[in-house]
Amino acid sequence: MVTGKGEKIIEINNLQKSFGTFVALRGVSLNVRKGERIVICGPSGSGKSTLIRCINRLEVPDSGSIVVDGVALSDDVKAIEGIRRQVGMVFQQFNLFPHLTVLENCTLAQIWVAKRSQKAAEETAQHYLERVHIPEQMHKYPGQLSGGQQQRVAIARALCMEPKVMLYDEPTSALDPEMIAEVLDVMVEFAESGMTTVCVTHEMGFARKVADCMIFMDEGKIVEASDPNTFFTKPKSERTKLFLNQILEH
Amino acid sequence: MVGLGQVFLLWLRENLFFSWRNGVLSVVVGGFLLWIIFLLGDWFFLSATWSGGIEDCRMRQDGACWPFVRVRFSQFVYGFYPSVERWRVNVVMFVFFTGIALLVWERTPWRGKIVLFMLCVFPLASWFLMRGGFFGLADVSTGRWGGFMLTLVLASVGIVTSLPFGILLALGRRAESLPFVKAFCVVFIEFWRGVPVITVLFATAFMLPLFMPASVNFDQLLRAMVGFILFSSAYMAEVVRGGLEGLQRGQYEASDALGMTYWQSRIRVILPQALKIMIPGILLTFIGLFKDTTLVLIIGLLDFLGMIQAGISDPRWGAPNVPFTGYAFAAVVYFCFCYSMSLYARHIEKKFSAGRDRRH
Ligand SMILES: Nc1ncnc2c1ncn2[C@@H]1O[C@H](COP(=O)(O)OP(=O)(O)OP(=O)(O)O)[C@@H](O)[C@H]1O
Ligand SMILES: [Mg+2]
Repeated sequence: MVTGKGEKIIEINNLQKSFGTFVALRGVSLNVRKGERIVICGPSGSGKSTLIRCINRLEVPDSGSIVVDGVALSDDVKAIEGIRRQVGMVFQQFNLFPHLTVLENCTLAQIWVAKRSQKAAEETAQHYLERVHIPEQMHKYPGQLSGGQQQRVAIARALCMEPKVMLYDEPTSALDPEMIAEVLDVMVEFAESGMTTVCVTHEMGFARKVADCMIFMDEGKIVEASDPNTFFTKPKSERTKLFLNQILEH
Repeated sequence: MVGLGQVFLLWLRENLFFSWRNGVLSVVVGGFLLWIIFLLGDWFFLSATWSGGIEDCRMRQDGACWPFVRVRFSQFVYGFYPSVERWRVNVVMFVFFTGIALLVWERTPWRGKIVLFMLCVFPLASWFLMRGGFFGLADVSTGRWGGFMLTLVLASVGIVTSLPFGILLALGRRAESLPFVKAFCVVFIEFWRGVPVITVLFATAFMLPLFMPASVNFDQLLRAMVGFILFSSAYMAEVVRGGLEGLQRGQYEASDALGMTYWQSRIRVILPQALKIMIPGILLTFIGLFKDTTLVLIIGLLDFLGMIQAGISDPRWGAPNVPFTGYAFAAVVYFCFCYSMSLYARHIEKKFSAGRDRRH
């Protein structure tokens, strides 16, 4: 949409989605290029989660098309599973597997989905757990970790699959304030290493630091999409201004 | 130094007598308990007849008549299984209980292999061994099976098969994308759950043969087993469904988002967690099943309780304390089995939750 870096890796065209009579997405189009870092913000209920959950088909859109890494999303289960391997996702509620240790959380999909050997999987897991700064918690269960630690494990778990795109859905909203920084630091590190990133967040500091493109959504539509500088200093839409004022005030 | 007596008094005051109302309650309930224990102890042991025969029981009627149990014991265990062939049942029971003991003991090596053996090889092997009719083993028709061995056969078949069927039915019931599978599962579960167990047994005992070609001689015991499997799977399916619904949606989404297939996610992520929530329900179903086996009485099979009842109605053992003795014996045996299952369930539950949900 804005600054072109590489080829397009996600193409979203005129996406529509309703829940019953409620329209969550009213025709959203968005392109993401390789290496691009996109931050999406907007008021609650504006369809941000619905949009990024459509990208790995956790939500099935009513109409419109999504092409990820050259593959059009359809009802084809194999294609969906293939795309999910290329797309890592981090949830607001962490969603770690509580019955598995941190290490097992990170190796499970590697072994069963990517068909890696136990040893290779553990090495990859250790590598990423070190990069999110929690190698020493490897043999604990998620319930024994703090929220910030759990979210970093969730990031490592997604990265272990070596995805081409990372999706974050408000990764810091469920965290106590003192833990937000440790998660954001990790996210910045991976975003700056060139990982294609789509992130829903209201952490504007993070957005300023890493975003190539800011997107503001309201009532199921993209209201504004521009580079961070323009976005924060002279937004075109009144609604964006209002929203930014509300957010930046506190 | 505080003496042991003082500690005891302190404990009494803190736990039983910390207010006058509490004290009165403690005395009343405690007295009642003591009275019951005394009555039972007297009846079971002190006033009981331990040796001799029915004449001795008739002389001491205010206590249990243990000679009855002793004389009838082998029938309670084996039913009408011919006595020279009973070693076959003994072998099966020995392997059965050894297998269970090995599995309960957590440090047993090759537990996985033992489970496989107990689930796949053992049931078939024991069926053929007890049924006989080949290699010079005398043919013992299932009509002669009975007593505790029949209870075990029915209960373990019901228990072992109901869990996998129940899981499949519960998963099918939640399969929104497969409407026919879903409809089948819903109808199946609701039908068998809505029908009394006795009706199920009647239906499978007397109606199943109508659907079979006349040449197929469908064993009465097999028919009862089919009935048990049908309704216990339906019950189990509802227990499993409760477990599946107890999980957060995030667990399904996280495993989907990692690219897992439906079965990978069910087997590695969903079921292990759901199973933990389900343990009390599963065990309750098992215990219920164990006791429900007794209902095969109505289609002419005599399980443990059935054999005891048959013994009681034997006119040679006519004495007022004989029926009480028989039922008391049944109660004690059923209680021991059911209570150990429930103890084991609690143990598993504790083990599963240890170290996981706790933060330190
Ligand atoms: N599964 C669902 N069933 C019904 N309604 C839903 C469902 N998921 C989302 N919605 C509705 O769709 C709208 C958009 O939801 P979405 O989660 O995309 O918003 P959001 O922008 O992520 O908001 P938030 O900042 O609160 O997370 C909301 O009004 C929500 O109530
Ligand atoms: Mg959201």
